Amino acid sequence: MDYIGIDIGSTAAKVVARGDHELEFALPTGWSSKETARTIAGRLREDGIDVSRETAKVVATGYGRVAVDYADYVITEITCHARGGREMGSDDCAVIDVGGQDTKVILISRGVVQDFLMNDKCSAGTGKFLEIMANRLGVDLGELFDMAEKGETLAISSLCTVFAESEVINYIGEGRRREDIAAGVVDSVAAKVAQLAMRKELPDQIILTGGLSSSRYFTKILSQKIGKTVSPTDYGRYAGALGAALLAREKTMRAAAKNR
Amino acid sequence: MELIKDLPEVFEEFAEQRKNSFLGVKKLKEQGVPIVGAYCTYFPQEIAMAMGAATVGLCSTSDETIPDAERDLPKNLCPLIKSSYGFAKTEKCPFFYFSDVVVGETTCDGKKKMYEYMSQFKDVFIMELPNTQGPEALKLWKSEIIRFKEYLEKKFDVTITEDEIRDAIRVNNAGRASLKHLYEVMKNDPVPITGHDLFKVLYGSTFKFDRKEIPGEVDALVEKIKKEYADGKMLEKKPRILISGCPIGGATEKVIDAVEQNGGVVVTFENCSGAKSIDKLVDEDNPDVYQALAERYLNIGCSVMTPNPNRLELLGRLIDEYKVDGVVEMTLQACHTYNVEAFGIRKFVNEEKGIPYINVETDYSQADIGQLNTRIAAFIEML
Repeated sequence: MDYIGIDIGSTAAKVVARGDHELEFALPTGWSSKETARTIAGRLREDGIDVSRETAKVVATGYGRVAVDYADYVITEITCHARGGREMGSDDCAVIDVGGQDTKVILISRGVVQDFLMNDKCSAGTGKFLEIMANRLGVDLGELFDMAEKGETLAISSLCTVFAESEVINYIGEGRRREDIAAGVVDSVAAKVAQLAMRKELPDQIILTGGLSSSRYFTKILSQKIGKTVSPTDYGRYAGALGAALLAREKTMRAAAKNR
Repeated sequence: MELIKDLPEVFEEFAEQRKNSFLGVKKLKEQGVPIVGAYCTYFPQEIAMAMGAATVGLCSTSDETIPDAERDLPKNLCPLIKSSYGFAKTEKCPFFYFSDVVVGETTCDGKKKMYEYMSQFKDVFIMELPNTQGPEALKLWKSEIIRFKEYLEKKFDVTITEDEIRDAIRVNNAGRASLKHLYEVMKNDPVPITGHDLFKVLYGSTFKFDRKEIPGEVDALVEKIKKEYADGKMLEKKPRILISGCPIGGATEKVIDAVEQNGGVVVTFENCSGAKSIDKLVDEDNPDVYQALAERYLNIGCSVMTPNPNRLELLGRLIDEYKVDGVVEMTLQACHTYNVEAFGIRKFVNEEKGIPYINVETDYSQADIGQLNTRIAAFIEML
């Protein structure tokens, strides 16, 4: 049996397989989630997994979850991230997921979701914010973090991505160092993520998932702002897809037990 | 009365009631029936009904007229207030257009200031609603109800007798009792009907001009639901959700859908479209009709009251009686009283009742449906 988790985010689609085949891959979501879902089915077939057969159980999650028409189950990214986060953290931890279009904080206690928060209809404090600012500075995300580490934080005070972008343009106009602007950008995102997370009583173990999860620099800043250690996860961008794959297995087992 | 129609048809009929009453209100007007428009559950309908007037809830549930309202009102004001004002100002609400007088209450700050502007182009009668529920407040509210009666008498050159008020109280009580029987069918687990179908009847019935018709129609509906349930017609078992918070209707029905399209069922509404305006009856045995009305209306547990113990009382009772698995509170953007109270409600639901709670803040746009679905679906998955 193959258990497949497909997490179609706003920026990247992540796939994890568990069971007979163990693999993971990611690809850009592109403009059509349906197209992406088809591409994923094709890639899986190359690896010997046929999603149309009974031997593959698929859980789809992420904002494009409804586009995966071959999914056996559709589960929200909160539940999937929590399941994946449990695997990467523990049964009692907080998962901070900084995604392409939203940021979530999930509190897990004794293995189940106790509470969660999401950012409002606003891209500040999400990956989108970083993407836009990196574009503005003419670098990619990795380079943005590298530069930020060498910079002195410039204040970016706007709560809105569009206004913050004008602040960045102002700094560029004033001839400030790119490193300093980059440091300001990362600091601003971390501040907003911390603000969201601190609305809840956080447990001792906090892990970061999502596209930025492996950045030691980002978790360092985030830890300072929150006042508790936020641990990076090397595999964190796959947390949602991994959770989905694990839930595919658990749901299949439960259904089988019920029918027995 | 026996219902020969199928249930879905009946629910749709109730859902259409508001639109059908657009024509109804014109007819009444042509017949010379006075029309009294209102926005709020605190409005003591019985006084207007006693003089033979039709009372109607004015339009305030769509974002259609918000841009018009924002020419006069600030953007960061609650959508319900902006929508009310916008419909009034643009004359897009037939109920408002045909109303001889509009009754407002000093509920929240936004509303009472908005009424000042509305008064410039419409007869608006403002009742001073106290923001506490003690004996002094009750005295004031009672005198306001009497002042409203005197206003109507003068404006329409009629006399409103206590017997007429007593009759109106009986009519409205009978309607409330029937609607209560209806929503009590949701105590069953699994439920016989969806929360959205229940909502259609609760909301639609408020647009029936002849309140005397409500008991007959609703009782027949309840009977049919019970009969079909006994025959095994029911929904599958699902997590049972209570909806609390700001008034729901029109645009904000998206929250009911978000629950019911993502694996849950709304078993009860602790808001103005539900139990909050139906649960309590006016005391028919009190010889002082004004006292009886004042007590009943002032006791409504709205967040404009401070403190607001009656909301917790009703909420707690509904959670127990309806075996609620989780509470979804919908608050409107910039509704200060409900948004502030949300913290206390969360604490009460989590700690005293021991069940999960989620607050979703929204407006009248459909822009947040994706997020709303994710949040509420995740909440239901965690139950």
